[in-house]
Amino acid sequence: MQQSGGLRSPLGRVRGLGSAKHGTAHWWALRLTALALVLLCGWFFVKLTFCLAASDYGATMSWLSQPVPAALMSLFLLVGFHHTANGLQVVIEDYVRCEGARLALIVAVKFLAAAGAVIGIVAVGKIAFGG
Amino acid sequence: MQGGMVPHQRIDRTIAEFREFPRMTSTAPQAAPKPRPLSPHLQIYNQGFTGTLSILHRITGVGLSLALPVLVAWLVALARGPGEYASFMQCVTSPIGKLFLMGWAWAFSYHLCAGIRHLLWDTGWGFELKQVYLTGKIMIGTTALLTLILWVAILGA
Repeated sequence: MQQSGGLRSPLGRVRGLGSAKHGTAHWWALRLTALALVLLCGWFFVKLTFCLAASDYGATMSWLSQPVPAALMSLFLLVGFHHTANGLQVVIEDYVRCEGARLALIVAVKFLAAAGAVIGIVAVGKIAFGG
Repeated sequence: MQGGMVPHQRIDRTIAEFREFPRMTSTAPQAAPKPRPLSPHLQIYNQGFTGTLSILHRITGVGLSLALPVLVAWLVALARGPGEYASFMQCVTSPIGKLFLMGWAWAFSYHLCAGIRHLLWDTGWGFELKQVYLTGKIMIGTTALLTLILWVAILGA
């Protein structure tokens, strides 16, 4: 006890997150976004297949300018890009060996994901609030 | 010492001698040596059912990452007005566009079903070999059904 953890309890050591100071947060976030996406994808699948496939500009606009579809689409973008960035990070960490390339790719993925999510949500906002 | 032999013959002969070694040294009668398992080897690795499903989950996940920007482009085109939207839809419903959409429809269905299977594993359920094969087969069936529905919608658009 004393030799391995000093004054920290075993629980404190587990919570406290090792050298990266993140503990299981990354793993948990990937599961949480996955669960949210199962629900959102169910909604998205039904809409995409039975409503949007054959609809024109006007019908799509009037659908997406309603509060609930606009909110769910924003949520889908937020959670979807978060899940994608996390998932791609795991793949990059597994297969890219060169330290520099790995870091650069992870940073690029995070930046692109954040940009994609915000651009998409702004577009939804413009559709929903008019302008 | 072994003049005239090309390297691989020399290796074959060494292996043969190595296999004979117990019988040469022991006086007791010995059974023929059992062939050793060779599977976890780079060139003759046997890619199984579960491993294939596993790597496909990753591949479809990476593929779907490329579909998200297209979703954003669709929303941006929609926000920009009818003209922009029409040209986006023309691009997406072209033969090549539809081919991409059909690929993404399969990846979407597969990753969704495989993801649900992963979430079940995360609860601690389904690790028995029988269950793994059963959920794998259910997943393939469900993926095929969802993919088919989406393909009909895409081809009809």
